[in-house]
Amino acid sequence: MAKKKTVVPFQGTAEQEARLKAVIDSYRDIPGALMPVLQQAQEIYGYLPVEVQKMIAEGLNVPLAEVYGVSTFYSQFTLNPKGKNEVSVCLGTACYVKGAGAVLDKVCETLGIEPGSVTPDGEFSVSTTRCIGACGLAPVMTINDEVYGQVTKDDVSAILGKYLK
Amino acid sequence: MKSLAELAELREKMKSSVNMRQDSSDDTRVVVGMATCGIAAGARPVLAAFVDEVAKRKLQGVMVTQTGCIGICKYEPVVEVYVPGQEKVTYVLMTPEKAVKVVQEHLVNGNVVTEYTIGAVQQQEKK
Amino acid sequence: MDMIRMHILVCGGTGCSSSRSQQIIENLQTELTSHGLDKEVKVVKTGCFGLCEYGPIMIVYPEGVFYSKVKPEDVPEIVEEHVLKGRIVKRLLHHEAVSEETVKSLNQTKFYEKQKRVALRNCGVINPEDIREYIAMDGYEALGRVLTQMTPQQVVDIVKASGLRGRGGAGFPTGTKWQFAMGDAPVKYVCCNADEGDPGAFMDRSVLEGDPHVVLEAMTIAGYAIGSHQGYIYVRAEYPIAVHRLQIAIEQSREMGFLGKDIFGSGFDFDIELRLGSGAFVCGEETALMTSIEGHRGEPRPRPPFPAVKGLFSVPTILNNVETYANIPQIILKGADWFASMGTEKSKGTKVFCLVGKINNTGLVEIPMGTTLREVIEDIGGGIPNGKKFKAAQTGGPSGGCIPASLIDTPIDYENLAAVGTMMGSGGLIVMDEDTCMVDIAKFFLEFTVDESCGKCTACRIGTKRLLEMLEKITSGQGTLEMLDEMEELAYDIKANSLCALGQTAPNPVLSTLRYFRDEYIAHVVDKKCPAGVCKELLSFEIDADKCRGCTLCSHVCPAAAISGKLREPHTIDKEKCLKCGACIEKCKFGAIMKK
Repeated sequence: MAKKKTVVPFQGTAEQEARLKAVIDSYRDIPGALMPVLQQAQEIYGYLPVEVQKMIAEGLNVPLAEVYGVSTFYSQFTLNPKGKNEVSVCLGTACYVKGAGAVLDKVCETLGIEPGSVTPDGEFSVSTTRCIGACGLAPVMTINDEVYGQVTKDDVSAILGKYLK
Repeated sequence: MKSLAELAELREKMKSSVNMRQDSSDDTRVVVGMATCGIAAGARPVLAAFVDEVAKRKLQGVMVTQTGCIGICKYEPVVEVYVPGQEKVTYVLMTPEKAVKVVQEHLVNGNVVTEYTIGAVQQQEKK
Repeated sequence: MDMIRMHILVCGGTGCSSSRSQQIIENLQTELTSHGLDKEVKVVKTGCFGLCEYGPIMIVYPEGVFYSKVKPEDVPEIVEEHVLKGRIVKRLLHHEAVSEETVKSLNQTKFYEKQKRVALRNCGVINPEDIREYIAMDGYEALGRVLTQMTPQQVVDIVKASGLRGRGGAGFPTGTKWQFAMGDAPVKYVCCNADEGDPGAFMDRSVLEGDPHVVLEAMTIAGYAIGSHQGYIYVRAEYPIAVHRLQIAIEQSREMGFLGKDIFGSGFDFDIELRLGSGAFVCGEETALMTSIEGHRGEPRPRPPFPAVKGLFSVPTILNNVETYANIPQIILKGADWFASMGTEKSKGTKVFCLVGKINNTGLVEIPMGTTLREVIEDIGGGIPNGKKFKAAQTGGPSGGCIPASLIDTPIDYENLAAVGTMMGSGGLIVMDEDTCMVDIAKFFLEFTVDESCGKCTACRIGTKRLLEMLEKITSGQGTLEMLDEMEELAYDIKANSLCALGQTAPNPVLSTLRYFRDEYIAHVVDKKCPAGVCKELLSFEIDADKCRGCTLCSHVCPAAAISGKLREPHTIDKEKCLKCGACIEKCKFGAIMKK
């Protein structure tokens, strides 16, 4: 699956950077260090933005292309932070027929992002999902653990509004 | 660890405290299956309930411990009670409430709570 | 006031009285008085317990001990033993008709009887976070003997003689693999493949979570045998509990000196490092796994050179799976003959299977090789739920195939499974009944391999995708008979032109289902029907007019407004509008809606 690069500006703190440096130092002479370092970097930052990849590339003396290659190969690595609120629109057949496509478009338009990405302020991420088995409520969208049924595109703003800061 | 003799000595010491053997006359062991499947099915609160209840009643000679997957996924959480000198008892589909009752009936009064055992649950399923 | 420490309840109901309960009460009182216990123990005559056929009945509190068919002559014994000494008179204990045969221990169930636990022997028995419990179960004894009493060649010989074969899927003889790596390279590695990725398989996780030390011990033995001082365990990050317990086990093992320098005073050093996967199925393939430990994209590399010659970091490496290692210490302790006495001619020992799917006793089972599929499904598994018929069993996950009901008496070992067109695999055993669509199953596994193909080989990357597209057409009613032949041809092309086992085996689910269930494919293609009622696009939903009460529930719930009808009159479904979502079936209280 293609991994979208993030639009969220990098907001790493000095403290995070110090932790990452310590991890890199502890692995510097260990063969095959890239994977464990990436795993711990993701724990520190929550994702692997290019800034972090650069630090690792320089720290371990590995080409950035290699770092990028490894981080995009494994499904557990993410180049995108998850939004504070995860919006997910069901695109199962029942929902699709009932207008889930229009709902998704409206969500993306309102937030100004594409499915599979996150808003620049890190508040919302949008994804699509296959049938979640709530066809009777179609079309369905979920935000975090909350399920919204029979959503029309006109409802979108109001629903998202609940989660705006 | 420097020699086989040292290992053998440690093993003998441990055997009495682990006492899985039928003829052992040591502690009663309550063993909770705590592999991923067991934990997902709710083994943690069950373990906690056993520990709490045993502590609350100040029971002596009872040891609550964890183990890996016992292998019967659909009956998780699974708890096995080893009373020295008796066949072990397998309790299935355990809950914290059931745990309290097992402590009370089985550990204190010495009566197996038959209705929670694997055989009873299987029989009910057949009905 | 007197302290009453015990109550004895005796039934004074008609039934029990006629069987002399009054006499029992009198005897009790006399007996208690003579022991000076009459102030401490209170005898209570109660009403009927309703268990007259077991009367006379007596209950002793505080324990709540329940005696039945008590005779007046039994009273002295009860007072002497129970009241005085606190010992329950077992022969008088009440046995209910049910409880008499109620199995209280797992060991007495059919599920357990046919099993033979070697690799799983400590799982569910010891506390995996306490090395001392492992030691109490003879843990590290094998390592001690190997290091102090055996030469590396003797270790390899005993593993060879046992006939142990790799439990990760391919079944390569373990001892032979070790022998290949015995040359005198200065640096070598021992790896453990714990990247268990097949959907529906969790044997290795169970061993790691239930008995982590057995893997450490076996790897150290392997290290001694081939002359390696460093081991790596590559474990899935999706198994956090297994990772946690392995970490604890490694620490405890180092502390007690089973890992580290000069183990057992033999001068042999060995240590183990954990490496976590990051969610790539292909890393379960041995060369991809090593590439991943080296810190690269987990893509397979060509063999030869085999890992035993040029493996991890380009030095000789042996790589075995978790279950394979779990057998090693037992083989050392009990001998090659003991191990070889289990199983069949070419497949020795036992195999762990994850019994899942349409089966009553889902779970983890370990059986001697050569046990038939029928024994596993009917005896251990307890049959198929809801009285459904067994249709097929799938082994080997996305790399394997299925065994149809007609071959249910196939003994399970490497050769027999290969002969019927599937493989041992790592141990997933998915049971399917008449409600399972075989085309849909093939599609499911193909979706998996398409997702997990690493992309290195064209045949696998593109071929599996094309194969999946054809399956999608067939399940949606757009298939043709020619397509079946095309699928077969493509399947063989993919097998021939892929570098690693993932690609070479990816078409197996398709080939196997085509071989045994071609009629189901034909039903999809020619009749445009899914016999099992799974493939949505080939189904039609209908309302049985005789059963429908016209409650209107279905029409309210239908997302497509496809159901119409008047209140209290039979409804109908407009097939054009129907989405086949099944919401109406769930709502209908009368079972009037059917899918065909």
